[in-house]
Amino acid sequence: MEAASYYILKTLIRRTEKECDFTVCLMGGFCMGALLELENISLAYHTMEGETPAISNLSFSVMEGEFVALVGPSGCGKSTILNLISHLLEPEFGTIRILGKPIQESGLNIGYMLQKDHLFEWRTIYSNMMLGLEINHTVTPGKKEMVQKMMDTYGLGEFRDARPSELSGGMRQRAALIRTLALEPALLLLDEPFSALDYQTRLNVCDDIGSIIKKEGKTAILVTHDISEAISMADRVLVLSKRPATVKKEITIRFAMKERTPMKSRSAPEFKNYFNQIWRELNDDQ
Amino acid sequence: MMISKRKNCSMQECYLRRQKMIKLQIRIMRFFVLIAFLVLWEAAADFGWIDSFIFSSPSRVIRTFLIMWREQDLYVHIGITIYETLVSFFLVMGISIVFAILLWLFPRLSAVMEPYLVVLNSLPKSALAPLLIVWLGANIRTIIVAGISVAVFGSVISIYSGFSGVDPDMIKLIYTLGGTRKDTLTKVVLPWSVPCLLSAFKVNIGLCLVGVVIGEFIGARRGLGYLIIYGSQVFR
Repeated sequence: MEAASYYILKTLIRRTEKECDFTVCLMGGFCMGALLELENISLAYHTMEGETPAISNLSFSVMEGEFVALVGPSGCGKSTILNLISHLLEPEFGTIRILGKPIQESGLNIGYMLQKDHLFEWRTIYSNMMLGLEINHTVTPGKKEMVQKMMDTYGLGEFRDARPSELSGGMRQRAALIRTLALEPALLLLDEPFSALDYQTRLNVCDDIGSIIKKEGKTAILVTHDISEAISMADRVLVLSKRPATVKKEITIRFAMKERTPMKSRSAPEFKNYFNQIWRELNDDQ
Repeated sequence: MMISKRKNCSMQECYLRRQKMIKLQIRIMRFFVLIAFLVLWEAAADFGWIDSFIFSSPSRVIRTFLIMWREQDLYVHIGITIYETLVSFFLVMGISIVFAILLWLFPRLSAVMEPYLVVLNSLPKSALAPLLIVWLGANIRTIIVAGISVAVFGSVISIYSGFSGVDPDMIKLIYTLGGTRKDTLTKVVLPWSVPCLLSAFKVNIGLCLVGVVIGEFIGARRGLGYLIIYGSQVFR
């Protein structure tokens, strides 16, 4: 599984590396530039009853190859932040830059994985995965082959012509990941992508996807309310305040072990300290 | 009892056999209900439980059918009515799909049109039939328009509400993959609405027939509606 994942992310990351030249490169070509910068972002939701501030003065940046987790109380505007980054929403104040340029001009693909897989029942698994390429009119024999290879390596090869309802929850989530990865995104946004799965599948899929992203040094932002999921996957956890959301605490996650995987992280001695620290931060103002 | 049965076949075979039996029973019962109804109807007419002048009887229906087939070109009338119904049905589906798409594409248009659609849908369309004849003349076009007028407004409303029932997250998914509003229509809304379209088809074919017969009541010299009026006037 890991070798398979390696291939997929390799193809994904190639593009990112090309864009890397302007960033400061440290430690033998390892790129450490900021891929994404949010600066003083504010946004309010407007209804007839009045204005609800959702985000106020939010600033953070994400380095190339970094895995950042956003945790916060439910309804604090975590998903709104991802909507802003993927340009589905426009901030009222502040700027978002990707590789130093405003999002519209960056021309980089941003992959967005939603909470539910939303695989279309009227399409086969294969054509579900081709959806993004179809929409962007970039279906080529090369891309078809890439998608096919991803399906084989992710253990979905024999389900190519199956309907989504024939797949288990974990397989569906992997299918949704391939659909996102088919567009070769430079940045991956994960909006509680495991929350619809049962606990056991959740741990497995989380380990699966987390390892791949980690190993390839893929840049990703994970939104979750599950503290242990955030610690097990991320390099850095940003604790958000209650609405209007702002970064309350930034915690860098470091484990002494080598070859870290989400599953191994869960049983590491440092894990419980991080857990308690984040737990305290979250409960502090309640 | 159960154990002795199991010896003859494996569990799976038993299951399949039982399912087949259930299906067969349902088919037999369906046929039986039809036969029972016809026998009861015939008997009731023969023994004078019901007035056969008003309620007729199966044998009389068959006899009259054969006579009309020979003497009054019944097949021509049936053909004409089917033709008019099908034409108005296809026009209704075309018009209502186009309108529903327009309403979906322009939410403000749908907000403006909503009360008018409700009023037009609840209008008694049979009352409009004489007006249509004065306006368009007593010809096949009028009858097709009458068929359309009965079905089209309800059809627009139900197809549009089918479109609006799409999970907003599915639409969001298309946008996250870099799609436009047109992509959300062709990749999600239309395929998602296929079951809703099919159920609209089923309702509309019936409504079109009703509209066409109403039109024929008033302004036709051929068709089943004309025959019904003719029959009621000569009491046959």
